[in-house]
Amino acid sequence: MAMLSRLASRSSHLGRTLLLPRSLCCSTGGRHFASSAGDEGPTFTVETSVPFVGHRCEPPSREVETTAKELMGFFRDMSLMRRMEIAADALYKAKLIRGFCHLYDGQEAVAVGMEAAITRKDAIITAYRDHCIFLSRGGNLVETFAELMGRRAGCSNGKGGSMHFYKKEGGFFGGHGIVGAQVPLGCGLAFAQKYLREETVTFAMYGDGAANQGQLFEALNISALWDLPAILICENNHYGMGTAEWRAAKSPAYYKRGDYVPGLKVDGMDAFAVKQACKFAKEHALKNGPIILEMDTYRYHGHSMSDPGSTYRTRDEISNVRQERDPIERVRKLILLHDLVSAAELKDIEKEIRKEVDNAIAEAKESPLPDPSELFTDIFVKGCGTEVYGVERKENKILI
Amino acid sequence: MDRDPTVCVMGEDVGHYGGSYKVTKGLATKYGDLRVLDTPIAENSFTGMGIGAAMTGLRPIVEGMNMGFLLLAYNQISNNCGMLHYTSGGQFKIPIVIRGPGGVGRQLGAEHSQRLESYFQSIPGLQMVACSTPYNAKGLMKAAIRSDNPVVLFEHVLLYNLKERIPDEEYVLCLEEAEMVRPGEHVTILTYSRMRYHVMQAAKTLVNKGYDPEVIDIRSLKPFDLYTIGNSIKKTHRVLIVEECMRTGGIGASLRAAIIDNFWDYLDAPVMCLSSQDVPTPYAGTLEEWTVVQPAQIVTAVEQICK
Repeated sequence: MAMLSRLASRSSHLGRTLLLPRSLCCSTGGRHFASSAGDEGPTFTVETSVPFVGHRCEPPSREVETTAKELMGFFRDMSLMRRMEIAADALYKAKLIRGFCHLYDGQEAVAVGMEAAITRKDAIITAYRDHCIFLSRGGNLVETFAELMGRRAGCSNGKGGSMHFYKKEGGFFGGHGIVGAQVPLGCGLAFAQKYLREETVTFAMYGDGAANQGQLFEALNISALWDLPAILICENNHYGMGTAEWRAAKSPAYYKRGDYVPGLKVDGMDAFAVKQACKFAKEHALKNGPIILEMDTYRYHGHSMSDPGSTYRTRDEISNVRQERDPIERVRKLILLHDLVSAAELKDIEKEIRKEVDNAIAEAKESPLPDPSELFTDIFVKGCGTEVYGVERKENKILI
Repeated sequence: MDRDPTVCVMGEDVGHYGGSYKVTKGLATKYGDLRVLDTPIAENSFTGMGIGAAMTGLRPIVEGMNMGFLLLAYNQISNNCGMLHYTSGGQFKIPIVIRGPGGVGRQLGAEHSQRLESYFQSIPGLQMVACSTPYNAKGLMKAAIRSDNPVVLFEHVLLYNLKERIPDEEYVLCLEEAEMVRPGEHVTILTYSRMRYHVMQAAKTLVNKGYDPEVIDIRSLKPFDLYTIGNSIKKTHRVLIVEECMRTGGIGASLRAAIIDNFWDYLDAPVMCLSSQDVPTPYAGTLEEWTVVQPAQIVTAVEQICK
């Protein structure tokens, strides 16, 4: 995916700080940027929507440096994610995707902002709302849709499903169905990073619902005790399935619940705030151990496709957030404000994305269902002298 | 741990204390705090952390101070440990070893006398082995650590004090192989862990009475070594299973089903299974004795089968 590879290869240019006056910005026709820093386009500073709130730490500045290339990248990537999730919605209603399907639309800023602050050597692990994180870690559309439809070309060969996306080479460790269980796994990843002296960090993501799991606090205690480079990201979309945060948590200030572990509250609908916070967190974790980032975000869909999402919240609330805080709209406004491209061109990009997604779906539909023999593959790692048929083993093989 | 720097141990009191049963004695002094990790009492999370570390290629050995405590980590063991290789399409392997003492001890009480092999046996993707002698404990432990699959190694609280002469040179045993303890002709007795000793005691009595039992320590609880077991059944045509698991849903129950499925034509008598009673293990010594299989019961069972 050309545009997503930009996320990996882009180095962070820290340009001069002041907002460039309009006259120095790019010309109005076509999608080229004014001369300036090579590939990246002009650099400028963006202010986050709201200031950060810190718990036991000095919050970072609201001023975030960015480049035109990064801004356009955010727009493209978030639009792709949005379109992918909406397409998945349609596929589910057409019964091509079955079972559980948890959509991420509304929360895209967290995925792109985080990716912008880190490298592929840093690890990310999340729960079941994982389609977009998978994309940002290097997954492609075809393997996403194929996996959702249970086809052979899927990223887990069709055997994982919506909740089990993984990308080893992208540093993406899944994709987990049981709420909260991924957090100890994430702290284990951080432990390995420290053990192997890799100078990288792990982002263990969970939701406001999972924030009440005991194993989270257990893992946090161990991480703080052993100084592990673990960053816990609470994607607070304010509803744990149908239960609002104030009905589930005595203290919904999730960034404070680490107690002795510092925390930061971030506007999760602002990709730049997310980027700044993650950059800050990475520096912190490598020196001082765990930190919690609470991303204040929102999901437009219900908890999953079986949940209409309107029995526990009002349609007004949803449309208000869409109007005031939509992450893609915020980036669109910034692009137009800085005159990087015209509104028509943005629409063109969206059309292109739509086509890309449709093509990917068509290609994924061509992929066949897994062969019946696949039922028994990958249960054990090959060559360990075991063939799997229930508890029985018919032949003795010694291979160590 | 000497041979492979990615091997590390984590568990409660494994480090400075040397292990509650002294299994890890001296390791922390030798390898340091980062390789022999004392965890807080948080089985769910440190088992999860071990699995997460294994996903990156480390080889952690997670100790449950008593196997029963690992019930708190059941979700991690079942869903993450056993299934991740499959759900990730083969991308991640989990070369973790989960070990600890289990079984009925001496009046430890119901909650500290659990036999978890019956609970874990249905988990797909997990291998289970039970050691019973110093020789096979070392061999199986090494094999488990080197295996790329998650292995649960069941030790027994009462077997830690056994002493045996073992070879100086390095040896590794096969995880899926059963051990022929005493070849014989009349009846196949399948057992594992501590019950092996009760069986061998009963065997002495049986030999005096003129019987010739073949005793096999199955060692591999999942998958069963049906090759060795089958060869034995084809020879003796009579099977007795002696285990410490509960009667309901134990290893014996699964083994019985596997034997009937595969070797029905070779059987001259119904497959008998002696297991522990389906009760919480009582504290009182005499009652505790009656919950597990005793040598006298084994002798009676063999006499019955061989009639």
